[in-house]
Amino acid sequence: MSIENLQNLENAPVILQANRLVKTYTQSSGRFGFGSAQIKALDDVSLSLKAGSTLAVVGESGSGKSTLARCLLQLHPFDSGEVLFEGKDLAKLDANSLRSMRKNLQMVFQDPFASLNPRMRVGEIVGEGLLIHGLGSASEKKNRAAEQKNKVQQMLERVGLSAGDALKYPHQFSGGQRQRIGIARALVLQPKVVVCDEPVSALDVSVQAQILLLLKELQHEMQLSYIFISHDLRVVRHIADEMVVMHKGKIVEQGKVVDIYNAPQQAYTQQLLSAIPGRKAA
Amino acid sequence: MTEILTINNLNVTPKNDPHRFLVKDAAFSLSPGKTTCIVGESGSGKSLTALTIMGLLSAQLQSTGSVIFKGEDITLLDNKALQKIRGAKIGMIFQEPMTSLNPVLTVGYQIGESLTAHLGLKGSGLKLRVESLLQQVGIPIERANSYPDELSGGQRQRVMIAMSIACEPALLIADEPTTALDVTVQAQILQLLDELKTRMNMAMLFITHDFGVVADIADDVIVMFRGEIVETGTKKQVLDKPQHPYTKALLACVPDAEGKKQLKPIDYAWLKDGLNDKKAAA
Repeated sequence: MSIENLQNLENAPVILQANRLVKTYTQSSGRFGFGSAQIKALDDVSLSLKAGSTLAVVGESGSGKSTLARCLLQLHPFDSGEVLFEGKDLAKLDANSLRSMRKNLQMVFQDPFASLNPRMRVGEIVGEGLLIHGLGSASEKKNRAAEQKNKVQQMLERVGLSAGDALKYPHQFSGGQRQRIGIARALVLQPKVVVCDEPVSALDVSVQAQILLLLKELQHEMQLSYIFISHDLRVVRHIADEMVVMHKGKIVEQGKVVDIYNAPQQAYTQQLLSAIPGRKAA
Repeated sequence: MTEILTINNLNVTPKNDPHRFLVKDAAFSLSPGKTTCIVGESGSGKSLTALTIMGLLSAQLQSTGSVIFKGEDITLLDNKALQKIRGAKIGMIFQEPMTSLNPVLTVGYQIGESLTAHLGLKGSGLKLRVESLLQQVGIPIERANSYPDELSGGQRQRVMIAMSIACEPALLIADEPTTALDVTVQAQILQLLDELKTRMNMAMLFITHDFGVVADIADDVIVMFRGEIVETGTKKQVLDKPQHPYTKALLACVPDAEGKKQLKPIDYAWLKDGLNDKKAAA
């Protein structure tokens, strides 16, 4: 668990908050798609993420968890509701302020094969955010470039790659290494909140364990807050402090991970927990 | 002799690189009414082993060794003779229920195909048999006239199971049949397979990377690592008292639903030493 004891969790300030989010998709339906149907991907969803902690969003496919991630980061527009980061309503910011706010809110994606541009070198991929946000303290442009390059190399080393990897292309790396690149890209901007959308579900268990431990270490070092989207309840048990359970666009249960695993209140949560493979035999 | 299938000295290599072993010296046997899980990470050779049994290796690969099914070495058979065994005496289920079904044929037709081909069933006899199969896998019989896109992922996998058991095979090979499914659906499918195995006294070879699934469904376990079988035993032996350093290390990576376990990534350098020690001792 990322927060040492639950007392700390109680007292931690809220860093990201969603209030009554609603998002509806219109989908063509019927034979040949002439009809249309409204699908509520998010139906009155509220949650809050405490600073330095990990909040897991759990649910089956189609439950709305990835839509939620995208709405939190303002990557998708939503119909109503608000997302507050450190108390500021993100939807009310103009394009410029939102862009500069984005360095605080980063994302790690599920598929390490699809989420890295195959034509860019790893150094460019990881450094692009620094370039866009013009980060670096040096006043002269040339010095700043050197500083950014330095930062990229340090970050690569921190996630378990080497500084020399900056010159390679994504296809030269394994799935686990690519996910490390994705993490380096998100963290090089020193964000406060990182949304991880199924970051380990495409990986083998041995690689999964490495990445989970890396995420935990980095959280500790950099005081990160994670929204951790997952369908794997064993992984959630390991990484998260609090969780919300989503079903058909609604949050059906939320609370501390320990409490929910020990005594799930809702029938749907009970069903999910009892379906964890290997529980019966244990 | 109670074994239904015995494999000896099975090797798989690329045709253009016969010294690179994708599967090396694999040997095991399967008995009726028992589920044997092959577990391993990606690239460990578990799927290749299954494909070799079925004689379905891709043209770039070649295999040596014997696959003795009911007393007959089926690697010596020509394609025509193999076709009489595939689907009739050895059934197979694949990972992706979405791509393994033909989208332009009704599921009833697809289930009936192998019955016509192998048993010569036609007309009302065929219809009755298809309906009984649908019932056995828990799908309403009206669904026989549905197309695959009208079914959910879990239902499609049930259709695949109905197809694979249509001719009451003596051996069912299931290659990650629940990996693409949600946990609650996965639990249902595992239960269904287990019931069918017991009722039909089939031998089941179940390939998975998930130790939770192994704990739920296996009688015996085979652990593969880089093309080699490193450990075999009953489920209890392998999960509770693993002998091989790789099995131990792999189990230490698996998160548990109780969150008690401290995850420990595999230290491959250490593992290599461990393997060498073992070889030196032997």
